[in-house]
Amino acid sequence: MKRLVEKHPLAIRWFHWVNFPVLSLMIWSGLWIYWANDVYRLGWGDTTVLKFFPKSFYGAFDVPFKLAKGMAWHFVLMWVFFINGLLYVLYTAFSGEWRYLLPNRHSWREAVQVTLHDLGLRKTAPPVRKYNGAQQIAYSAVILMGLGSLLTGLAIYKPTQLAWLTTLLGGYEFARILHFALTIGYVLFFLVHVAQVMRAGWNNFRGMVAGFEVAEAAEPALKDK
Amino acid sequence: MENAETPKKSTDAAVEAEAARRSRRAFIGWGLAGLAGLSGWGWLVSRPGEGGVPGPLRRVLELNEKVSSAYFRETRLAPEFARSRATTPRVNGKYGLEDELDPATWRLRVQNADGQTREFTLADIRRLPKIDMVTELKCIEGWSVIVHWAGARLVDFLTQNQLTNSAPYLLLQTPNEKYYVGLDRKSALHSQTLLCYEMNGRPLTPAHGAPLRLVTPLKYGIKHLKRLGSIAFTQERPKDFWAERGYDWDSGH
Repeated sequence: MKRLVEKHPLAIRWFHWVNFPVLSLMIWSGLWIYWANDVYRLGWGDTTVLKFFPKSFYGAFDVPFKLAKGMAWHFVLMWVFFINGLLYVLYTAFSGEWRYLLPNRHSWREAVQVTLHDLGLRKTAPPVRKYNGAQQIAYSAVILMGLGSLLTGLAIYKPTQLAWLTTLLGGYEFARILHFALTIGYVLFFLVHVAQVMRAGWNNFRGMVAGFEVAEAAEPALKDK
Repeated sequence: MENAETPKKSTDAAVEAEAARRSRRAFIGWGLAGLAGLSGWGWLVSRPGEGGVPGPLRRVLELNEKVSSAYFRETRLAPEFARSRATTPRVNGKYGLEDELDPATWRLRVQNADGQTREFTLADIRRLPKIDMVTELKCIEGWSVIVHWAGARLVDFLTQNQLTNSAPYLLLQTPNEKYYVGLDRKSALHSQTLLCYEMNGRPLTPAHGAPLRLVTPLKYGIKHLKRLGSIAFTQERPKDFWAERGYDWDSGH
């Protein structure tokens, strides 16, 4: 027999769905800014494996000559990104949701099992809980990345008034590299996240939209209330 | 479970119906929220503004300026570096340097509070205490270089000549007035804001702003006006070359 199981509280869904367009626009406007000094690449010596970014990429997304506009949007939306992230952290802390989200000593071993299973290298399915070990690590890491973006962003935004922070983060140039690397991290996170959501299917996706899942009654409740 | 039907009446069909009802409600709700967000966005980008930046965004940039101005302390200094790390920055801007300059006739013209103009020669500036400063020049494009600057503090120049007053802003311009920057008083009077005449131990070259330029690690490079021609105190926020072209007026660090 089927039943409805509450999964994600409305607050979490709001933070999630506000963050999605806001972070996208932060990355977008960040790209407009980065273009004006696009010096980063993956490679060594004279060998470049990947240039950030190829001309064709800029052309396809109409990136060039938008530095001023990019900065304006970036320094407006930073507030929304920051406040939304802060509210999320406060909410998870005070509602007790953090218990599901924070990794524990079992998470790492479980994350390996989940990864092996998802890559088709391990038959045994990982335990079904609200968040498995891999998810706990990923969702906690992405919050730390958000904090990292905030701090590295401030370090390159006010490098004189916040000189202690800029110095702590390895100086102006290194803080800018970190800020960029974190952004690439979000893009990678996004790709894996979307692939996993597609794999998990409709029931799981609907959980982040409508807040509930349909479960077989025989299964234990996801939340013990 | 508060949302599940009571077990005896519950059938899979009833659960599915409830799930469909809640899903529909949720998807319509988020759809409307998304539409509201999109139309808000549409409104925002259609607002008139300066240099392609809509008015509401400018207001937020001004708010940012208030926040950072409240946090600002005169005692916080930009880090200094070893002189051996200093290099020559690339020449990135030629606005205001269009005409030939005759160093012999060059004067720095300063308008004081009652509107009177006084003129100063380079020798007048050189007579002030010379400050050596090795700081990072940060271009708004995103690159930075360490440069060894030398010159007189703007604050020393103004006090020694009894030019200071309570006006909240300063307007600096090239002699031909084709390049101009606005500065807030606090940044202008900061101890690291220099009237600079030497770069990396040599007199400024014309391309780097000879005979005198502004240097301040409290601002992006766009505010480091080359070939300084005039300084004026203003009550209103003065015009600024790059702010008119979409950049943040403050551009402060």
